[in-house]
Amino acid sequence: MYVLDLVNVKKSFILHLQGGLRLPVVNGVNFAVQPGECLALAGPSGCGKSSILKMIFGSYRCDGGHILVRDNDRIVDIATASPRTVITTRRRAVAYVSQFLRAVPRVATIDVVAQTLDRTSRDEARMGAAALLRRLNIPERLMAVPPVTFSGGEQQRVNIARGFLPERPLLLLDEPTASLDSENRAVVIDLIAEKKRRGVAVVAIVHDQDARNAIADRIVDIASFAAA
Amino acid sequence: MINAEDQPLLQADGLSKWYGPQLACRDISFELYPGEVIAVVGESGAGKTTLLQLLSAQLVPSAGHVCYRMRDGVMHDLASLGEAQRRFLFRTDWGYVHQDPALGLRMAVSAGANVGERLMAVGWRHYGRIRDAAQGWLDRVEIARERIDDTPTTYSGGMRQRLQIARNLVTDPRLVFMDEPTGGLDVSVQARLLDLIRELVAQLRLAVVIVTHDLAVARLLSHRIIVMKDGAVIESGLTDQVLDDPREPYTQLLVSSILPA
Repeated sequence: MYVLDLVNVKKSFILHLQGGLRLPVVNGVNFAVQPGECLALAGPSGCGKSSILKMIFGSYRCDGGHILVRDNDRIVDIATASPRTVITTRRRAVAYVSQFLRAVPRVATIDVVAQTLDRTSRDEARMGAAALLRRLNIPERLMAVPPVTFSGGEQQRVNIARGFLPERPLLLLDEPTASLDSENRAVVIDLIAEKKRRGVAVVAIVHDQDARNAIADRIVDIASFAAA
Repeated sequence: MINAEDQPLLQADGLSKWYGPQLACRDISFELYPGEVIAVVGESGAGKTTLLQLLSAQLVPSAGHVCYRMRDGVMHDLASLGEAQRRFLFRTDWGYVHQDPALGLRMAVSAGANVGERLMAVGWRHYGRIRDAAQGWLDRVEIARERIDDTPTTYSGGMRQRLQIARNLVTDPRLVFMDEPTGGLDVSVQARLLDLIRELVAQLRLAVVIVTHDLAVARLLSHRIIVMKDGAVIESGLTDQVLDDPREPYTQLLVSSILPA
């Protein structure tokens, strides 16, 4: 009963502005993730880890193979799904913490987080958001302020709250602990462990050895899927 | 049972438009679903505004069809609509937000009357109720109550644009066309307007076709993007996919031409 299954996934970029330069990224990526399991993607910078996460989320196109995501009783192939299906599947089944927060001007931090719960009442969503932000040591007085002016570490914690508030079967994490101090890193590791206990499948890119050892059940070396 | 959300609200099929020998739109087909926001991007002269006018029945296509699902659930070819149905669309079920608010507002009458007029056109007669509704909409677009009796000529550009949006939304439309709604505004005013549009679109579950040359606007507001060049659609798809992983040479050029702030 996998939550996510990648079958022969292939990706390359063609850079038309560089005279049609073809950049192969990965070829023949195969792995599956079960409920409650955390899979870490490993390998040197530039080997395609983030590209794989973005393909699973659907913000990068997939050139070949299948990316099967279980959304309750149906299975969606993100590699070939229509834009509308990708959007519905994300809303129901996939949470994603990107490397950097893309903040909207004028929206308060608490709402940046609360807005990820579009099926919950506003007050309830805000209560959940506030509780999570508090756990991530974002002071109360900052919650009413848009995160645009926050430090890198603060923005990353807001980003983490955004990804962790909605409870979806699949959680994608791109360097969630990179810009955090040790105290906040420990909080994130606890949050991931809680997600796993509740049966969420996690795919994470984590460079930090200690953090990776703390959360990962399995490690896949993405360099082994290097495209020829 | 078929859910209304699973059926397209608007359908363009093989739309083309020539101005004499000049081809402005070439063979454009797509579907828009309830609550979905599509951004049409591309540089000036790509045919974006022509497309918007074809979709909103302000221009007659040289070839192809636009079909719209009326409130009775039936798809109608816009070309086949009777006068009453067409008027219903323009006055009630659709909104059209112009880049220049002066085109979408009546500049010589008060803000309240600008909003109330759309209600009177659909049969509202009670003055107090019309004024209350207008007031409610001015609140929603963040225009101070004491400005309700002023004409839009006394408003700033950003306020005029917000008033135009209120005028369009007061009749509870299902589909709104927007032509560069943030064009010509200061950046700080743009941010406020964009945030307002984003909130209203989500709250009211509006379907929107928005023409913009600003990719940041497209990213913030839209679910899907259509990239136009020389009258044709050269690339389309999920907004973050088109912007983060553009495939066509022209789209790669557009995306790479943005100066990071």
